[in-house]
Amino acid sequence: MDEALLRSLTPTVIGILVRRGADFAAAEDAVQDALVEALRVWPGDPPRDPKGWLVTVAWRKFLDATRGEVSRRRREVLARAEPAPGPGEASDDTLQMYFLCAHPSLTPASAVALTLRAVGGLTTRQIARAYLVPEATMAQRISRAKRTVEGVRFDRPGDVATVLRVLYLVFNEGYSGDVDLAGEAIRLTRRLAAEIDHEEVAGLLALMLLHHARRPARTGPGGRLVPLAEQDRGLWDTRLIAEGVEILQAALSRDRLGEYQAQAAIAALHADARTAEETDWVQIVEWYDELVRLTGSPVARLNRAVAVGEADGPRAGLAALAGLDPALPRHTAVAAYLHERDGDLATAARLYAEAARSASSLPERDHLTRQAARLNARTRG
Amino acid sequence: MAKYLLLKHYRGAPAAVNDVPMEQWTPEEVAAHIQFMRDFADRLERSGEFVDGQALSPEGTFVRYDGEGRPPVTDGPFAETKDLIAGWMVIDVDGYERALELAGELSAAPGAGGKPIHEWLELRPFLTEPPTITE
Repeated sequence: MDEALLRSLTPTVIGILVRRGADFAAAEDAVQDALVEALRVWPGDPPRDPKGWLVTVAWRKFLDATRGEVSRRRREVLARAEPAPGPGEASDDTLQMYFLCAHPSLTPASAVALTLRAVGGLTTRQIARAYLVPEATMAQRISRAKRTVEGVRFDRPGDVATVLRVLYLVFNEGYSGDVDLAGEAIRLTRRLAAEIDHEEVAGLLALMLLHHARRPARTGPGGRLVPLAEQDRGLWDTRLIAEGVEILQAALSRDRLGEYQAQAAIAALHADARTAEETDWVQIVEWYDELVRLTGSPVARLNRAVAVGEADGPRAGLAALAGLDPALPRHTAVAAYLHERDGDLATAARLYAEAARSASSLPERDHLTRQAARLNARTRG
Repeated sequence: MAKYLLLKHYRGAPAAVNDVPMEQWTPEEVAAHIQFMRDFADRLERSGEFVDGQALSPEGTFVRYDGEGRPPVTDGPFAETKDLIAGWMVIDVDGYERALELAGELSAAPGAGGKPIHEWLELRPFLTEPPTITE
């Protein structure tokens, strides 16, 4: 069964139901029900016209659900209306769906869940498993999100930046359930890029592709974290890198720089180096300067300190680090690395151990503990 | 999106403000407390933030490996163990601020005299998966 096709039809079919007079919440529920039925029925009995099947079944589910709520007469009016949407409209509907699901009134967790369901066509169960929460909890989260956006007009353009933040979150959250969230984020960003011509959408897509290209090299046996400098670059996906670079170059040529393009440019410079030693750190520092200028983000400043350490030596990196809040996540790990590069192994070992205690993920903690152990063994021997 | 553990201690946490052992409450006060806990979990489920909640028996056994081919050694329970976990609740929330808010609400569960216990709850973040984008 073509699950990808089924999922990609979801926002279109919701749009069709909305155009027929259903409100978004009811249309979305009806399409989700139809989706679950399709997953059950299609493998044994694939429809000739998948979209037509989905529209018919979803519309029936909608009518069933509204029975009792809406008068019979109203239903008949709706049923008679049934306008088939023109080819241009389905595309607009999909874009509106992105905006609605990432509406600024939603919390990040709600926006992510609603986007994955209404735009991504994932079932509540799949989303719940991806984020490791019970299905009932995820169902409630989605219902609440739909109530929150209840009054939002469906025909007004939204803010692309909010959509990009949600897609970035889906990509970067990195949970490992049976749904490949990184792959899903790329699929949704690709589709968005096809719907709207915007340099930051392209920038985010390039950023995702360039990072996704390194995925096979990022973890070793048993989920061990392999840092960028030690990755087997032969495992990087050159096809994805080429595509990411091409998309990025087209975006940059429009001369409207944004944070995602800047981040993608940094990723592209890493991808461009055949060995870690060949990395163009001077250019990377320049891109971090741009990123800091665009966002003022403390995380960007922290990463800039690492790049400065590579470009101008560890002392310069430590000087760049000095002005930053030590409470920043990964601040201690960066300090440890720069002290090691500076030859102060005892300080580095102590800081690695300290960083391990405050790490927010298990692979990072294990990695930092190994670094501390490695240096301690060296200073003993 | 971050998961937190709300940990409730039998022993090991600082003393609560309204620190009267449960067996000395009236039956109505016990019932009100249990209802509060149930309502709290229900409310979290409706808000899409509930992951899990469990209570533990205070009686436990310590177990350790005792070498190849030998059965594990058991010991305890140790009455003097300083820290004793009573139960937990796992929540999935937008961030630390929200986790604090919920822990504060849970700590207000009614106890003796129908007044809030002001119990100390331990809030611990779960370790997550590492982010994809790190540089």
